[in-house]
Amino acid sequence: MSLPLLTILWALPLAGAVLLIFLPKERRDILYGTALTFTGLVLALAIWLFIRFDGATAGPQFVERTAWLGGGVQYHVGIDGISLVLILLTAFLMPLAVLSSRNAVSSRLKEYLFFFLLLEAGIIGVFAALNLILFYVFWEVVLIPMAFLIGVWGGPRRVYAATKFVLVTMFGSLLMLAAILVLGRLSAEAGGAAAFDILELHRLAIPAGTQTWLFLAFAVAFAVKVPMIPLHTWLPDAHVEAPTAGSVLLAAVLLKMGAYGFLRLALPIFPDAAARFLPALAALAIAGILYGGCMALVQKDIKAMVAYSSVSHMGLIMLALFSSNIESVQGAVFQMLAHGLSTGLLFLLVGILYERAHTRSLADFGGVARVMPVFAAFFLVASLASLGLPGLSGFVGEFLCLYGIFGAHSIWAVLAVPTVILSAAYLLGALRRVMHGPVADDRVRGLRDMTWREIAVTAPIVVLILWLGLFPRTFLAKTEASVSAAIRLIEKRDRIFVRTSAPATEAARGEFEERRR
Amino acid sequence: MDASWLIPLAPGLSAFLLIIFGRSLSRRLVTWLACGSVAVAFSFSLLSALRLRAAAGSVPYPARILLSWIRAGDFRADISFRFDPLAAVMVLVVTGVGLLIHVYSTGYMAREKGYARYFAALNLFTFSMLILVLASNFILMFVGWEGVGLCSYLLIGFWFEKPAAAKAGMKAFLVNRIGDAGFLLGILVLLFAVGSAEFSAVDQAVSGGAIAKSTATLAALLLFAGATGKSAQIPLHVWLPDAMEGPTPVSALIHAATMVTAGVYMVARMNALYAFSGTAAGVVAAVGAFTAVFAATIALVQNDIKRILAYSTISQLGYMFLGCGVGAYAAGIFHLVTHAFFKSLLFLAAGSVMHALSGELDIRRMGGLRHRLPLTYTAFLIGTLAIAGIPLFSGFFSKDAILSAAYAGGHRLLWAAGLLGAVLTAFYMFRLVFLAFHGGERTTPEVRDRIHESPSSMTVPLLILSGLAAMAGWIGIPAVLGEKADLLRRFLAPVIPVIRTPHAGSSSEWFLILTATSAAGLGLGLAWLFYQRWPGLPARFAAWCPGLHKILLKSYGVDEIYQAVLVRPLVGASELTYRRFDLGLIDGAVNGAGAATRFAGRLAASLQTGRIKDYALGFLLGTTIFLAWILL
Repeated sequence: MSLPLLTILWALPLAGAVLLIFLPKERRDILYGTALTFTGLVLALAIWLFIRFDGATAGPQFVERTAWLGGGVQYHVGIDGISLVLILLTAFLMPLAVLSSRNAVSSRLKEYLFFFLLLEAGIIGVFAALNLILFYVFWEVVLIPMAFLIGVWGGPRRVYAATKFVLVTMFGSLLMLAAILVLGRLSAEAGGAAAFDILELHRLAIPAGTQTWLFLAFAVAFAVKVPMIPLHTWLPDAHVEAPTAGSVLLAAVLLKMGAYGFLRLALPIFPDAAARFLPALAALAIAGILYGGCMALVQKDIKAMVAYSSVSHMGLIMLALFSSNIESVQGAVFQMLAHGLSTGLLFLLVGILYERAHTRSLADFGGVARVMPVFAAFFLVASLASLGLPGLSGFVGEFLCLYGIFGAHSIWAVLAVPTVILSAAYLLGALRRVMHGPVADDRVRGLRDMTWREIAVTAPIVVLILWLGLFPRTFLAKTEASVSAAIRLIEKRDRIFVRTSAPATEAARGEFEERRR
Repeated sequence: MDASWLIPLAPGLSAFLLIIFGRSLSRRLVTWLACGSVAVAFSFSLLSALRLRAAAGSVPYPARILLSWIRAGDFRADISFRFDPLAAVMVLVVTGVGLLIHVYSTGYMAREKGYARYFAALNLFTFSMLILVLASNFILMFVGWEGVGLCSYLLIGFWFEKPAAAKAGMKAFLVNRIGDAGFLLGILVLLFAVGSAEFSAVDQAVSGGAIAKSTATLAALLLFAGATGKSAQIPLHVWLPDAMEGPTPVSALIHAATMVTAGVYMVARMNALYAFSGTAAGVVAAVGAFTAVFAATIALVQNDIKRILAYSTISQLGYMFLGCGVGAYAAGIFHLVTHAFFKSLLFLAAGSVMHALSGELDIRRMGGLRHRLPLTYTAFLIGTLAIAGIPLFSGFFSKDAILSAAYAGGHRLLWAAGLLGAVLTAFYMFRLVFLAFHGGERTTPEVRDRIHESPSSMTVPLLILSGLAAMAGWIGIPAVLGEKADLLRRFLAPVIPVIRTPHAGSSSEWFLILTATSAAGLGLGLAWLFYQRWPGLPARFAAWCPGLHKILLKSYGVDEIYQAVLVRPLVGASELTYRRFDLGLIDGAVNGAGAATRFAGRLAASLQTGRIKDYALGFLLGTTIFLAWILL
């Protein structure tokens, strides 16, 4: 019997978090060492999984399935290519995020790291869960530590930002919870063997009317997370107030949970409803691309600028998902990685600047490239990756997205394409105001360039950005089969219509009611 | 053995080393790395070109796949090169002129702080440009296309502490991106119409009738949008004059000889598509002819030596597009080659002037320099004779090739525009020569004392380029002067078929040569009258029609129009939307009026005990209750 690798993967950071509780809080080195060790182990295991993963197989791999809670709810985890690369992204960024916090976090370090590890456990769980209840538990686990990271270690308006974050995402989550419960009942009526099982729900034929309401509930929950306009306003606040490492994970991974939710649940479980709402959702995605870009153009705070750029980039990812062909969805998944890396790097760099200058206002800088040349070079690479310069990660994702979107509806691509102009405008505009021009004042003149530790944190991301740009097939090959399987589900090609006979339904409902009581 | 795929390797490697280690290397080593790598690339180019010539006629030229790059569903893009005569001409120009300018730069930039940074970008540029011209498909071409744009951005903004330079770099990138948005869509249209991004597949689809005429036109026009950005044609020409903020060798290499010709190269590469579309070729010709005259009129009144040359570049690029548009693709490429020589010569000579005059750019404060800088003067004069189209100098042949193709194709209006442009070109160039090098010295005394001829690292490239600018025309002698003397066109024939080019006939060919020569002579003569014979005349003219003079001086106010019509409304509307809509409406709705807000407040207040343990406990409790509710 093989090791339960996926369970180990999410349990490792949890174990680390528990271990932290028993460590003395004054010994910062030990706390850091522990957090770094555990996130490092997770990364090693994730890489191992990545290597072992068979990209040619569509179904979930490393599957574990055991009886868990009563009533047929199983502990069911497994990853396909899409989950795999998102888990790898998470595992890759986590040690870097921990390392980057060394100077930034002065108080309550133990609790800070505790929440971080808890966050990692939650994220991995979300991407690995194949049971809706399990998925929901992990989904909520992610929410809480992030809210605390913002609310306790954030900037001046942290409490407001954290509250807004919790309330808005909780609002979505509750809708999703209600929908999950209804889904469980439906699957029980259909005589499914395992309750709330995602793979079974994928094959369940749900009446169109019911689909509509359930889909909307899921869609709102995920659209909040992505975020799609007009549900995006929690994001700039959360980003501006969050500590650097929090912003990194928020942008790089948490937003992807929304897109993942659409791809894994909302679109394949409710294909009819999805098809019905597709034009509206695509319109929102396009609006997000352009709106996010225009808003990024006029931001005064660098972090807010990057936050709105995420709204724009995620809009393109969503539009590609809604185009549902292999190229577009491959592009969307790849762009999730690329955006995670470039935006993560941007947030790390803004954090480095903020630690020195204690301001993020574009107007306060000028001539930074003269005093911090290495920093300027890193910032340039991050910006170029983000604006989709060929040779770097962003281009492959962006081009595949546009290709797929064009193939589905060429007019969507025409409407989305101004993003290449807008992204260059706001990123190079910020670059010019911060890096170029005469050295602004003595405060800027006194800034010291990046330290070796900071280079060690950011350089791996640059290497990966280049790798993704030059050798994208490393990742595309792992996701292709999974993506085409997902598309078959969305297009209902694999759907098996589960016949529901009345007595069975009654029995199932009875059993269900009994369980609830 | 075919070694053409090795051409970009050395500059790429050198760029990589300079980016990573540049700051810790000695200047000497940087110099050797930078120049040596381009010299290696030039040698490989020469060898490959000779090999190609030896094996002439063995078409088709195979694409060499180096790396299978992107694969997703039906989409595939490879890193693959194809070395054919057109690519051979381009790599020779890029590495040849590039090498000379690298050498020149070692003298010109000798005292710069960012020496390694400069050469890193210059090497990266050479690498990207080679990728652009060697690519066998659109996707890889786009890699080079954007790569040269990046290097242009970095080098225009080389003196980034100067706000104008930083701004000019950004403007160049942004204006190019507008064109590139069209370029991207053009690639997509072709990809879906043809099913492949390979140039050979597009050519096959066109010749096999597998693509509808309307689709071909759409794709060709979208691609041309990218070309108007890169090659600074109307309406996207506005970035090039500002790009003169960069170091002068950069203006010579990137903003005159090579990068800005990428658009012309692309159109020539896709000649089958443009010819098939017809409409698209017409648009190319019209935009080119209009730009040629438009930019030349602006150059008439400018006083900044580099800006005059910049508008002249825009104008000459217009000629190249005019050539391509009327079906004379080989003539367009011919002018591209001669222009690369004489325009980089002019820029480098102008750089030598600036070097001598402590950075002076205004020709009103020059004068009489021919005695002080004889070598530079000779070089500049040869460049001027070439660009003005004085017979036997290179520009004469290439411009004549374009104009006679326009005439022979029946495009009389375009031909007349080209002829008018030729008069204007000769006029503004000789105005520049007379004002800067002839007449009395108008330099300030401090500057005058320090005037000196440039070091040999700068003058040797000037000498070589002078030779090329004078003689390069002999590779394209018109048919009337010798059968089979048109070497370039015959060399390019496998890529640019010489099909049904209407021949003008020998008498009209002589007529064309005569008119072109007269046009150049007219411009020269007028410049002599205005700036040598009666120096008071220009001021009288300006006073006679002040409105026109001001409009020309302001470059027709295109920048101001774009600011007022595009930039300011977009930023203003975004600002307003952000304040009123994003912060006001949506945020307000999310924050919730009334009950929701109070609820949030109460909830937040009771939650915020400040003790992490409470939070953790609450979290645990919540999860337990939730699970219990679900399962029990």
